[in-house]
Amino acid sequence: MKRLSKTALAAMALGVCAAGGAHAGEIETGGKLLLTHGVSAVEGGAGGGLTSWAVIAGNETNRGVGGEVHGTYVDVKDYKLRAFGGAVGWHDRVELSAARQEFDTGATGAKLGLGKGFTFKQTVLGAKVKVLGDAVYEQDSWVPQIAVGVQYKDNNQDAIVRAVGAKKDSGVDVYVAATKLLLDKSLVLNGTVRLTKANQMGLLGFGGDQSNAYKPQFEGSAGYLLSKRLVVGAEYRTKPSNLGFAKEDDWKDLFVAYAVNKSLSVTAAYVDLGDIATFKNQRGLYLSLQAGF
Amino acid sequence: MKSFILAGLAAITLSGSAFAQEAVVPPGEKPVDAYKQSNANADATPMTDQKTFEAFHGKEGIDRIVETLVERNFADPRIKDFFAAADKVRLKRTLKEQFCYILGGGCDYTGRNMKDSHKDQGTTNKDMNALIENLQFAMDKEGVPFAAQNKLLAKLAPQQRDIVER
Repeated sequence: MKRLSKTALAAMALGVCAAGGAHAGEIETGGKLLLTHGVSAVEGGAGGGLTSWAVIAGNETNRGVGGEVHGTYVDVKDYKLRAFGGAVGWHDRVELSAARQEFDTGATGAKLGLGKGFTFKQTVLGAKVKVLGDAVYEQDSWVPQIAVGVQYKDNNQDAIVRAVGAKKDSGVDVYVAATKLLLDKSLVLNGTVRLTKANQMGLLGFGGDQSNAYKPQFEGSAGYLLSKRLVVGAEYRTKPSNLGFAKEDDWKDLFVAYAVNKSLSVTAAYVDLGDIATFKNQRGLYLSLQAGF
Repeated sequence: MKSFILAGLAAITLSGSAFAQEAVVPPGEKPVDAYKQSNANADATPMTDQKTFEAFHGKEGIDRIVETLVERNFADPRIKDFFAAADKVRLKRTLKEQFCYILGGGCDYTGRNMKDSHKDQGTTNKDMNALIENLQFAMDKEGVPFAAQNKLLAKLAPQQRDIVER
């Protein structure tokens, strides 16, 4: 699996590089600079992949309305996650997003007593507002771009998530994100504090027999810009562990994001999602395609 | 040594021109209204080490980058209207000075500050980003490493506050 992921990643990187051979003199349309609106987060909206950032989705600046759609596929040892969705960015200030997540237990479903191919589905509706700062322009200041966001999550497996100990099948996350581009060091940094009750992002419900309180969780991302089209980096996301039947681990990943052009970008990552529902070491490939305007 | 002499020459030129600003119009340029000349008009603090200046291939590299940048801006359908009435010769000269000054190349900047030079043009973020893209193109063409490019962009980015009006 591990080797397969690496090979797939390498093949994909090659494919993208070949496809991305944009003509040298070509003028690209769209207001924002390449990759300055991040990529699509797995919960919808702009972010780093596993994390939500303070940047606003879409290519438009303070005078326009931009947006993006994305499809994300995560293939770890015993599970698969498919996510797709879209986001609209209004005047580079307000972002509204919607995402649909399908957590496919595959053969593992039978071992869990849920049945082969049992799939948890969740809808995430998000809103984000940039409150201060500018991640890109304000290079003479340490002040990051800061945004506050809210995500309403609704899981379709009420009976199952309650059976494993969750208190509810829906929940609300609130977060504050800070994103800063340190241009003179070619670095992009993000830190997010999220108040959440979600078990495995909400895929296993909200709250639990161990705890049903909102606890602050941290999401951190760091990326190095190799070119205006290419960023490599890492992410870390802490998570609560509310369920007694299985402890929940933090998430981490190593990612490569490549902007083919202003409207298309690809993110590939090696993710480590830790233990999920008693199945250990869920590591594998994360692949996300984003189209924006 | 060479750059020392150049810097000296530039300083002499500057102190000379400060005397009769209105009268002396550099060759090929149109006369401009008088303003106070100062390196502070560059609206960025110069770099203290020479590494980035060298990565830009010194003054010659900067000259080539500005030639490409300005020609590209004048032809760019997104932003060429801003330059329709501009004095191309003067713009190239002052941009070369500004980049050289900011990159620690020992030049003096004799142009206007960013607020005055962009006043009432109605520049948007989108316009400024288009120019940044053209600058990236020019720096790529010169073979300036990406990390060094970003050091210049980091100095120019905060000028958005003075350049963008809407």
